Amino acid sequence: MNRLTRIVLVSMAWLLGFVWLFPLIYAIWAAIHPAEYATKFSLFAPLTMDNFKEAWNEAPFLRYMINTVAITLIILTGQLVLCTLAAYALARMEFFGRGLMFALVLMQLMVVPEILIVENYQTLAGLNLIDTYWGVALPYVASAFGIFLLRQTFKTVPQDLENAAKIEGCSVLAIIWKVYVPLAKPTYLAFSLVSISYHWNNFLWPLVVTNTEKSRPLTVGMSIFGAPESGVDWSIISAGTLISVGPLLILFILFQRQFVQSFMQAGIK
Amino acid sequence: MLLLPAMCLLVTFTHYPVVKTIARSFYGFGTKWESKATLDNYRYLLEDEVLMQVLYNSFLYAAITVPVSIVLAIAMALWVNGKMAGKGLLRTAYFTPTVLPMISVANIWLFFYSPEIGLLNKLLGVFGHGGVNWLGDPSVALYSLMAMTIWKEAGFFMIFYLAALQTIDQNLYDAAAIENAGKWTVFRRVTFPLLMPTTLFVLVNALLNAFKLVDHLFILTKGGPNNASNLLLYYIFENAFSFFDTAYASALTVLLLLVLVVLALLQFGVIEKRVHYR
Repeated sequence: MNRLTRIVLVSMAWLLGFVWLFPLIYAIWAAIHPAEYATKFSLFAPLTMDNFKEAWNEAPFLRYMINTVAITLIILTGQLVLCTLAAYALARMEFFGRGLMFALVLMQLMVVPEILIVENYQTLAGLNLIDTYWGVALPYVASAFGIFLLRQTFKTVPQDLENAAKIEGCSVLAIIWKVYVPLAKPTYLAFSLVSISYHWNNFLWPLVVTNTEKSRPLTVGMSIFGAPESGVDWSIISAGTLISVGPLLILFILFQRQFVQSFMQAGIK
Repeated sequence: MLLLPAMCLLVTFTHYPVVKTIARSFYGFGTKWESKATLDNYRYLLEDEVLMQVLYNSFLYAAITVPVSIVLAIAMALWVNGKMAGKGLLRTAYFTPTVLPMISVANIWLFFYSPEIGLLNKLLGVFGHGGVNWLGDPSVALYSLMAMTIWKEAGFFMIFYLAALQTIDQNLYDAAAIENAGKWTVFRRVTFPLLMPTTLFVLVNALLNAFKLVDHLFILTKGGPNNASNLLLYYIFENAFSFFDTAYASALTVLLLLVLVVLALLQFGVIEKRVHYR
């Protein structure tokens, strides 16, 4: 390959990288400078933290953040427990209709809950769970994706280990907990990171099912906050945006390698 | 027994609603239930001009965002997988949009696109261009949404390609080097064919995403102007929760489910193909 094409390719790669990061860089720029510098770029623009303060006061971010964390954790905990049990049953137990059950589980990979918002809303209204954490969480707790990933992993665990545990007198639950769970740790990490970023960012279903600050997550809060009618300026919206993505972004930067590898691992299966 | 809790929830929130959606599309009228099954909701489906617009938008949206994202994803994966300096940083840059919430980044894009003070128009102003109404012009709005979608999705698909690239046998490249094959030939004859199963897998997932991801519409255009950028799932939401026509929303959902069934069949085809390659 001649030198020129190489230079062109490399600069294209970096240009694309810059474009991909640009919105975030810009948001940081707008958030730490006074409003009049939102579209004026100058090295000497004065720095300020006022936008963050104002954004923080303008919307109940703390409340939203608590809601998001609570919802994400409820979903993740539920998923880990239920998917482990279901995956074990589908991977290692012999029972009538196992194939059918697995097919029914896999259906959810295609028919994701957000597509069924109309009926799921009715169901949750019937259960009196509108505007609660559980309302947001329940449709996602049984995750076909989680069951599928864990089943694949459990199938690679040697049967001998399970037999040995059985001879030692372990119950089924103890076998799962002591044999399967420790061996599937990378899968759990991968699934957890994917699940956290999915539910931290999820919007449509929480929008439908929440109506007050009591249960509204950050994404829904941001959509109200950013609405043009609310009359806040760009710098403050940028600050708010950064507040809302901050925790996830920090998590991402800290666990970057794991994130990428988790998504990769989850993708290959 | 172990399967029961997960199965209960799956049935409640996946299978039961599917059945009920189908039932409601025949028996429903507005938010009420009728005693007799009718095809009224479906008849309306055929007469609904907005729906035609929405379907046209949805398919155009998928037809453009999916291939562009895939091509970019392959390019990104090749760059990041190569020997370039700073590829770790580059990989992070490409991947960052994936982990950020659609809603939050849509707020930033809204600013890029806004007519008077928006960054894009300021940029065009520098070149003496009068500026484009990115979100308000019916002929542009949908494309503005597509640009943002591609930005959000390409890095996500890159990951799958990256994973696939790392499984390709280095011997093949050594062999190609001995043959003195050009870089483009190597890509066309070795890399691309071996990435084919991944491409099919990504294709199905990208299509699925194109139909289920409408978060940015809530911030950027709300489906407007005059439905020029409305997509199917957003239209379902509007019918169910703004116009309170649950029955019609159900008929629309059935339509969306049909699209998904087609995708599911495609996916099964893909799995067959993957087996074939192994």
